[in-house]
Amino acid sequence: MLGKLTWSAVPFDQPIPLVAGAVVLLVILAVLVWVVLAGHLPYLWREWITSVDHKRIGVMYTLLACVMLLRGFSDAIMMRAQQAVAFQSNGFLPPEHYNQIFSAHGTIMIFFVAMPFVIGLMNLVVPLQLGVRDVAFPTLNSVGFWLTATGALLVNVSLVVGEFARTGWLPYPPLSELTYSPGVGVDYYVWSLEISGVGTLVAGINLVTTVLKIRTRGMNYMRMPMFCWTTLASNLLIIAAFPILTATLAMLILDRYLGFHFFTNDGGGNVMMFMNLIWAWGHPEVYILVLPAFGIFSEVVSTFSGKPLFGYRSMVLATMAICIISFTVWLHHFFTMGAGPDVNAIFGIASMIIAVPTGVKIYNWLFTMFAGRIRFTTPMMWSIGFMVTFIIGGLTGVLVAVPPADFLLHNSLFLVAHFHNVIIGGVLFGAFAGYTYWFPKAFGFRLHEGWGIASFWFWLIGFYVAFFPLYAVGFLGMTRRMQHYDVAAWKPWLDLASFGAGLILAGIICQIVQLVVSIRHREELRDVTGDPWDGRSLEWATASPPPVFNFAFMPHVTSEDAYWAIKRRAREGGAKELKYEPIEMPRNSPTGFVCAFFASVMGFALIWHIWWMVIAALIGAYATFVVFAWRDHDEYEIPADEVARLDRANIAARRELVTAAGSV
Amino acid sequence: MSDVELHHQADLAPGDEEGVSVQLRVLGYLIGLGLAIVLTATSFFIAGTDLVWQPSIPVAIIVLAIAQMGVHLVFFLHITTGADNTNNVMALAFGLLIVFLVIGGSLWIMANLNQHMLPMDQIMQMQR
Amino acid sequence: MSIAVAHGHDADLIGLEAEHPGPAPKRIVTGYGFWIFLLSDMVMFSCFFAAYAVLLGQTAGGPTGAQLFNLRNVAVETACLLFSSFACGMASIAAEERNYLWFQIAMAVTCLLGLAFLTIEFREFADLVARGAGPSRSAFLSAFFTLVGCHGGHVSAGILWLLTMMAQVSAKGFRADIRRRFLCFALFWHALDIIWVAVFSVVYLLGSAA
Repeated sequence: MLGKLTWSAVPFDQPIPLVAGAVVLLVILAVLVWVVLAGHLPYLWREWITSVDHKRIGVMYTLLACVMLLRGFSDAIMMRAQQAVAFQSNGFLPPEHYNQIFSAHGTIMIFFVAMPFVIGLMNLVVPLQLGVRDVAFPTLNSVGFWLTATGALLVNVSLVVGEFARTGWLPYPPLSELTYSPGVGVDYYVWSLEISGVGTLVAGINLVTTVLKIRTRGMNYMRMPMFCWTTLASNLLIIAAFPILTATLAMLILDRYLGFHFFTNDGGGNVMMFMNLIWAWGHPEVYILVLPAFGIFSEVVSTFSGKPLFGYRSMVLATMAICIISFTVWLHHFFTMGAGPDVNAIFGIASMIIAVPTGVKIYNWLFTMFAGRIRFTTPMMWSIGFMVTFIIGGLTGVLVAVPPADFLLHNSLFLVAHFHNVIIGGVLFGAFAGYTYWFPKAFGFRLHEGWGIASFWFWLIGFYVAFFPLYAVGFLGMTRRMQHYDVAAWKPWLDLASFGAGLILAGIICQIVQLVVSIRHREELRDVTGDPWDGRSLEWATASPPPVFNFAFMPHVTSEDAYWAIKRRAREGGAKELKYEPIEMPRNSPTGFVCAFFASVMGFALIWHIWWMVIAALIGAYATFVVFAWRDHDEYEIPADEVARLDRANIAARRELVTAAGSV
Repeated sequence: MSDVELHHQADLAPGDEEGVSVQLRVLGYLIGLGLAIVLTATSFFIAGTDLVWQPSIPVAIIVLAIAQMGVHLVFFLHITTGADNTNNVMALAFGLLIVFLVIGGSLWIMANLNQHMLPMDQIMQMQR
Repeated sequence: MSIAVAHGHDADLIGLEAEHPGPAPKRIVTGYGFWIFLLSDMVMFSCFFAAYAVLLGQTAGGPTGAQLFNLRNVAVETACLLFSSFACGMASIAAEERNYLWFQIAMAVTCLLGLAFLTIEFREFADLVARGAGPSRSAFLSAFFTLVGCHGGHVSAGILWLLTMMAQVSAKGFRADIRRRFLCFALFWHALDIIWVAVFSVVYLLGSAA
């Protein structure tokens, strides 16, 4: 009746997941009860859950990322704590448990923190920067978000019902095959990622189509903000790479569920083919993460240096070069696994070449800052921190791109330090910069600057203290994922790393405090005009938060840094009398949420082999789709007076800003 | 504001063709069908016959397959090299590049691995 | 190419480069979005093709392709799909001309031919399994069943979509959004035939010639 699911799936005998799960469940229950009793449910349903507005969806993606950051970081703290005490001892986490923790840590951080964070920021900002009203496919956007949330839900359910994979964040066979992972852990992993992978692909299609087909008049390709170019490159990579992940995990699923022999030891299966295919996805994946971060830095650096971005054309070329080359380096993840020197050499050289366009970008950012009037705001601090940190991480990357060196360093803590160096220094610092930079646009008030700077310094110093010892201990021969160790020389470094993790914890606490304080003091931090940073691109031409239709009149763009030109003209010229017209916007729809509900049920049922539930969920999902397709009214009209009222309020606020700045 | 005069050159959606008469459109599909039938029949014939130099058969079948795909793209999907189809062709080119990198790269790598590694069953025997 | 005549110097209009006219019409946006989805689907199929090519020789002592494939069935399947593509093309023309009768007839023909394809393929699979040559027999067979089966799964989903489209046109006529959806369906159906060309050439013809 319920497949493999029994009460023994709940970890009553393991105190740590039991307590953690119970606490989380209680918190969720408490929040839900409060929401319902305080009468917020209709508002939440109407304004957020069924919203197809790219701004709302972007915020929800980012919120998901931040919440999952806490889960992923908890895993990290547990790993550091284990390694701090497990010198010539078994520590407090038995291997079966420790293996799940590092697997969950990687899976959550990549798929449910980094991906949603960058996709959320792209969703929020890109239509505004392009001067348009929404993305190409608003309802599909909602579907994509909720499917991603489904994946996150399934991974977290594995904490209390069943177990998670013990294979690491990429489930290499034969360990991930049924013979050696007979439990449901790997199944949780594969179904969670198959479902959220659909969501990611949908976001990729949406954003590519938006950038290529939905731009305001005059927004030629070479006038787009740099963030839109990196969005295009990153989402082209999503479209090209995620099908590979889907196919490879599908093959693993077929092996586990139907006894196929893709990657098994017997029957002619080829284990290495999994490595080859999964890294053909895995390498483009890291560029999917870092390219939007590069775009964020371009925006932040040019805004807070008060200068247009230096070398715009070379930046575009570099971005598209990275996009293409990222598909030619994937073997560097398995140099040591049997390929000959000729193959290794070609991929090694390609891996070094890909550092060149990134170097071009760094020089362009530095030249943008040169002779600028730099404001050291929190986003700018994150950018400077990124530049130093990412360069070091990139250099260690070029080091391991040399196959003979990689034979010593593969799967050592040197490698772990390298990829955390580039992901934290690149992606996470970029995400934090973007979060701080665009927070006022999303919510109408700035984040508290003092707590922001504090969190930056804790993160920066904490990162170096937590991860640079790992470079050292990697050189001293320590391999990754060790549940316990006996080498005394490693201990001082690992203890230092634990201290660094504590500093990062302080940084995260500062960010939480920053949010609470900012909400409490939101009137003092209010962004009245919509342009709190004296920005250069079109998102700053709207109110904060923008009205649902973004722009009363889609702007006519005549140059790069479109909004800077508009401001200049506004200071020079007088105001025309504007004739407002009604605007049609897409209707909200529960399609995304309901679809994801059925996807969650289906995923859970597939994991536990509850076949009747799988079929029921599939029928439900198809029915949802048909109901959506049968809609007669997919748009609603905002009357001209409403448009006029909202727009005039913002124009009045801005006029004060312009006159206060004097005649320039 | 600069005064700009435009001759609006719109894009075409992939699969759409510019306004042509019904008869010409049906004719286009008929030609495509005819070409596809000829190419497919040739493929099947070559696979089974002894009349052709044997080592050339795989190449011939692949070439014929590519030709058939081209016929589909042109006559059924109306993908042309016109300016209104640029985005569609660029997307197709990007997709094809990835397909070749994935298939070509995988075949090259896996062949190289097979060459350098013991067969799986021999490795398994070493485990016991 | 269009020519933009600008008053005043604008450095970003190089020579004859046109000024971007604004957001594209919905039909183009929808069609293009679906087009790149199809390209992502091609990449997914390419992974299954790559796996098939790598595992081609791994028969684990079991039967090879040459011993199993029935080329007459494949020829009939190919004809079914090719003619169904043609029928779908006729349905496209009927939709553009807003001809309800011919649209439904053409779609019905497309459906029947697609179902014929699926019937033959299903029977081939059932026959192989009954002969002990199912997907769990060897890596080669796993790859074969997955690649060909994935294509068949897409055809099945296409049939479901086709029937839904027939119902929608019947209920709501040739409304703009329904025509956009049909554009996507036509792209999908033709793309499936393109994939089938690769499947029958690489899997069946090359496999039998070997």
